[in-house]
Amino acid sequence: MFAAFTDRSWLWVAAGFYLAGFVLGTFSLLRGGRPSGVANYVLILVGYVLQFAGLGMRGHAVGGTPIGNTFELFQFTAWSAITLYLLIGVTFRSSLLGYFTSCLAAVLTLVSLAIPAWDATRRAHIFGGNPWIELHASLALFSYGVFALLALTSIMFLARNYSLKSKHLGGWFSFLPSILDLDHIGLRLLVAGEAILTASLAVILAYWLRDMASADIAKIFTTVAVWAAYALALGLRLGGRLLAKRFAWTCLVLFVLALISLGPVDASRHPATPTAVAAKS
Amino acid sequence: MSSDGLFVIGANHHRAPLEVREKLALASGAAEALQVELATVDGLREYAVLSTCNRIEFYGVAAGPGAAERVAGAFCAKQNFDPAAFAKIRLDLRGRAAVQHLLEVAAGLDSQMVGETEIFGQVKEAYAAAQTRRSTGPVLNRVFQKGFQAAKHVRTTTAITEGQVSVANVAVDLALTIFGGLKATRILLLGAGEIGEKTAKAFQSRGAAALTIASRRLERAMELATALGASAMPFEQREARLAEFDVVVCATSAPGTVVSLAAVREAMRKRPARPLFFVDQALPRDVEPAVAELENVFLYNLDDLAKIAEENRSAREAEIGKCRAIIVEKAEALWRQVEPQVAALGGRNGTTPGQPAGPA
Repeated sequence: MFAAFTDRSWLWVAAGFYLAGFVLGTFSLLRGGRPSGVANYVLILVGYVLQFAGLGMRGHAVGGTPIGNTFELFQFTAWSAITLYLLIGVTFRSSLLGYFTSCLAAVLTLVSLAIPAWDATRRAHIFGGNPWIELHASLALFSYGVFALLALTSIMFLARNYSLKSKHLGGWFSFLPSILDLDHIGLRLLVAGEAILTASLAVILAYWLRDMASADIAKIFTTVAVWAAYALALGLRLGGRLLAKRFAWTCLVLFVLALISLGPVDASRHPATPTAVAAKS
Repeated sequence: MSSDGLFVIGANHHRAPLEVREKLALASGAAEALQVELATVDGLREYAVLSTCNRIEFYGVAAGPGAAERVAGAFCAKQNFDPAAFAKIRLDLRGRAAVQHLLEVAAGLDSQMVGETEIFGQVKEAYAAAQTRRSTGPVLNRVFQKGFQAAKHVRTTTAITEGQVSVANVAVDLALTIFGGLKATRILLLGAGEIGEKTAKAFQSRGAAALTIASRRLERAMELATALGASAMPFEQREARLAEFDVVVCATSAPGTVVSLAAVREAMRKRPARPLFFVDQALPRDVEPAVAELENVFLYNLDDLAKIAEENRSAREAEIGKCRAIIVEKAEALWRQVEPQVAALGGRNGTTPGQPAGPA
């Protein structure tokens, strides 16, 4: 039965599980209850395994990390965010984080699947067989996953701040973690994301220093700009200049900009070739 | 004449006003003596006594008629209370109704503050004490044990215990919403009156360790600090040292504000990343209202706290129907289990579902 499944088929099913987590959580909230942390975690975990299978098949087919077009970039970013959620979600003790994560994963994966143009072509041999470039790209995208989770905790922070300031504490607001916990987690995620992005940049800069001819200025500029923006936010946060609501809004806006920057980064690669990767199981 | 079977008699806050409950309250010595007396009541096979500030209830299983009446008589005699007056306020339920009552009590449904959880522990203590005295048997053991399970089920599957309904506890819940925990939270109490003391105790009961008290009368602050295991500081230092605290409970009787916007702004400049929570329980208010506009500062006054407490109370009351439906179902099932045992004792309420007997 599964023999006919392509990598995209698995990714569709995975997206379905993420969507199911989101729908289940929404249903619970609309009924005035708390989203089931366990049920949501299981749905996300199953979706994650299926997405891993789909991305694995594609990676096997293309002989490297599947980040060769916008579709794959969105899929990989969602997968990275879920990886992190599965690792830290249990300690976070917030069923709402799972709810928001399933929402984000469903949006990123379904949007990327729903736009065939994003997967019509992909750059072949984008890493030129160079493992350092591949490592750089993988780390960079993983940091985007961390920033995605940071954006989610920022939304939760803003919601909690609104509930406390407006004195509306009932309903789904009551399921949010404390505002101080959200602030601490946001800071830790920013440090982690920035560290991973720094490592990614260090890898590629070390490579380019040896081979300047292969350096892609537009790509360097975009990546460094994202890194610098997050570094600035971190510096201001640690210096006590960017706090609470403004910090949360900054993290949210930066993530949207980082997502938008994936377009130029992808376009700056070598000329595209039609996708020929409908890998089958 | 039929047997009393399974019964509960007693008095509680529904029909007995406070001054009557004061007279009915069992002192520990009297309680012990009464228990000894109950062991000799003719026809009484099993019994357990639940005594709290809001209720005194005797759960019993009788093999013959009149046992419940004799229990009531023994109690009135011990308390030197007029039996006729007791009859007017008396709770008297038999069979399934008695089972249902126990379940409602254990689930907090019958409490003055609906949904409170302390009663569950009190019922457990009453049962444990009865077990120690060996005054329970197969019927009461099953009724109490299954009753605890049913009460837990009600508490976990409904929202009957959610949300605090007292102003002091609402303030503590808000602090938890802001700080996550109270262990490392530093609390300043301004004013050493009854309201402030009550709130400070609520914070301490939920884990707050660092409490400082400042009052316009330093000796009163020191006195309360000693009683609560806290520290005291001069009232005049309240604004200068504001940055040292996370939660400020204001409950003075000062005629104007005692915490200014400028002082809070200055405090937040020193600790910008850490929230500051003001609980203003004073009338007139102690904290300048504009403080609420500052980033990372949260200000709740008496009206805000009372409104939340009222919303929580309404939410609990809205759950009562759901809880009662569960309890009726569980009580029915439980009664079916113990009915043959009660019937074997010859009780009529063992052969037909029991009905509330009403006040005698």
